[in-house]
Amino acid sequence: MRPFAYERAEEAAGAIATLTDGAPGAMYLGGGTNLVDLMKLGVAAPDLLVDVSHLPHDRVEQLPDGGLRIGAAVLNSTLAADRTVRERYPVLSQALLAGASGQLRNLATVGGNLLQRTRCAYFMDVSKPCNKRVPGSGCPAREGDHRNHAIIGHSEACVATHPSDMAVALVALGATVEVRGAAGARTIPLPGLHRLPGDAPERDTVLDPGDLITAVVLPPSAPGAVSRYRKIRDRASYAFAVVSIAALLELDEDGAVREARIAFGGLAHAPWRALVAEEELRGLPATAESFGRAADAELAQARPLRDNGFKVPLARNLTVRTLGELAAQAERRSGR
Amino acid sequence: MPTNDITLTVNGERHDLSLDTRTSLLDALRERLDLTGAKKGCDHGQCGACTVLLDGRRVNSCLVLAVAHDGAEITTIEGLAEPDGELHPLQTAFVEHDAFQCGYCTPGQICSAVGMLAEAAAGWPSVVTEDLVADATDPAALSDGEIRERMSGNLCRCGAYAHIVPAIADVAGRR
Ligand SMILES: Cc1cc2nc3c(=O)[nH]c(=O)nc-3n(C[C@H](O)[C@H](O)[C@H](O)COP(=O)(O)OP(=O)(O)OC[C@H]3O[C@@H](n4cnc5c(N)ncnc54)[C@H](O)[C@@H]3O)c2cc1C
Ligand code: SF4
Ligand code: FES
Ligand code: FES
Repeated sequence: MRPFAYERAEEAAGAIATLTDGAPGAMYLGGGTNLVDLMKLGVAAPDLLVDVSHLPHDRVEQLPDGGLRIGAAVLNSTLAADRTVRERYPVLSQALLAGASGQLRNLATVGGNLLQRTRCAYFMDVSKPCNKRVPGSGCPAREGDHRNHAIIGHSEACVATHPSDMAVALVALGATVEVRGAAGARTIPLPGLHRLPGDAPERDTVLDPGDLITAVVLPPSAPGAVSRYRKIRDRASYAFAVVSIAALLELDEDGAVREARIAFGGLAHAPWRALVAEEELRGLPATAESFGRAADAELAQARPLRDNGFKVPLARNLTVRTLGELAAQAERRSGR
Repeated sequence: MPTNDITLTVNGERHDLSLDTRTSLLDALRERLDLTGAKKGCDHGQCGACTVLLDGRRVNSCLVLAVAHDGAEITTIEGLAEPDGELHPLQTAFVEHDAFQCGYCTPGQICSAVGMLAEAAAGWPSVVTEDLVADATDPAALSDGEIRERMSGNLCRCGAYAHIVPAIADVAGRR
């Protein structure tokens, strides 16, 4: 590992100034569960770590409009166990609990989770070419091992997926990310944070160097909506998603879909908001047939690689099953 | 080679250390403090052999930079027994249930189980918990499925799971 200097940031402005004023080799450190791993592998080689995990962004606050502001330094385990999150945003609690392990969630922060890098094996191996790590060097995954790679929104340059479970739930919830940078504060509505790879896969997100995530804001939860996160993986626990879904469903008085919000993990370079499926579902009866039709409409855009075509039916079946469970839950709740 | 001066309180004892910033908490414990109970399995957060309690929470010490935790309190497997040598109930249960073969994963399993039972007692759900909003989970009520899920961050290459789960269930129920 390359030697580096370490500083604990006491306030955000100072940390941002350090990263934006001529310290090109500096990086923020959250819990370190991704960054330290990548430093050991030589994939990341910062010369200065500015630790932002002790900043006062460690609270989950109720907002006057009924929403929730989650500080970027809140630990994944704390957030998953938060009473308000469990009651009003169960999809978020479940997504967090489906990620990593109890030990890792006790270190991982909300900001770091959003900005964790892909698990593409070529990206994590410095002896291999990779456009994301070394722009222009090529993408061995395209013809190589890509069983777990993207089927949608990928490019010639990169077919990696974004590994976060939490981010998928935040996208379905319509959360907003609060960012502070050299030019001041701004907000980024999800799914606008993570990019599709295009011809610049080295850029995972729209953030500029030195941008600090300070919080994530959840809109008020719709009282009639039910939500859940479902994750398919190669072993029962402690594994990244092959395909995952975060879904929110609200039915009208007749049991038809008033609104559905759906996001997929494991399919793309960014959590994939299924806008086509959502639109398709509006007004349809909440049946397996409708859910399958909506999934098919969304997945018509899929362009699977040689070895990951199985993700298309997997995502379809996961959608039908999850929305079916949510419809049953919504019916029970309304006493129909 | 940048070094930082930090203080760690490990198993109740204060240590002032001057560390290369690259030192993981695991290496600080093993190489500097001679506490070799926590094991290095993968060194990448994938196996749980290095699990210790950091300010009361179970963590993978291989991915923790020691210098990022100046002032922290750490408990390792060496610090679980009573000063008079009486074993922690989880240590006793692992012995009684024969919950290991080679023993390499065991310190991590036990530290993880200590943290896990505290999490359950605090009412934290897991991904297999049906009712997320129910009040505090009673550790005694943890099903085998709950224990397996909550302990999934600890791998055992010898496959001693069939005895690890009952050992933990035993202690959970005895509380
Ligand atoms: C074995 C293993 C299994 C895992 N399984 C899963 C899984 O199943 N699902 C899943 O979702 N995740 C999984 N993870 C990944 C884990 O969730 C992430 O490593 C973690 O969330 C990252 O958070 P952190 O605080 O440790 O980030 P760090 O590693 O500290 O940082 C990650 C990145 O974010 C940047 N950063 C951190 N905080 C900020 C901020 N406030 N503003 C701007 N930039 C910031 C850092 O510079 C760095 O580039 C797994 C990890 C491991 C090691
Ligand atoms: S898929 Fe992306 S991350 Fe993986 S090798 Fe290709 S360019 Fe690199
Ligand atoms: S050595 Fe830390 S998780 Fe394997
Ligand atoms: S007892 Fe050998 S690895 Fe668990």
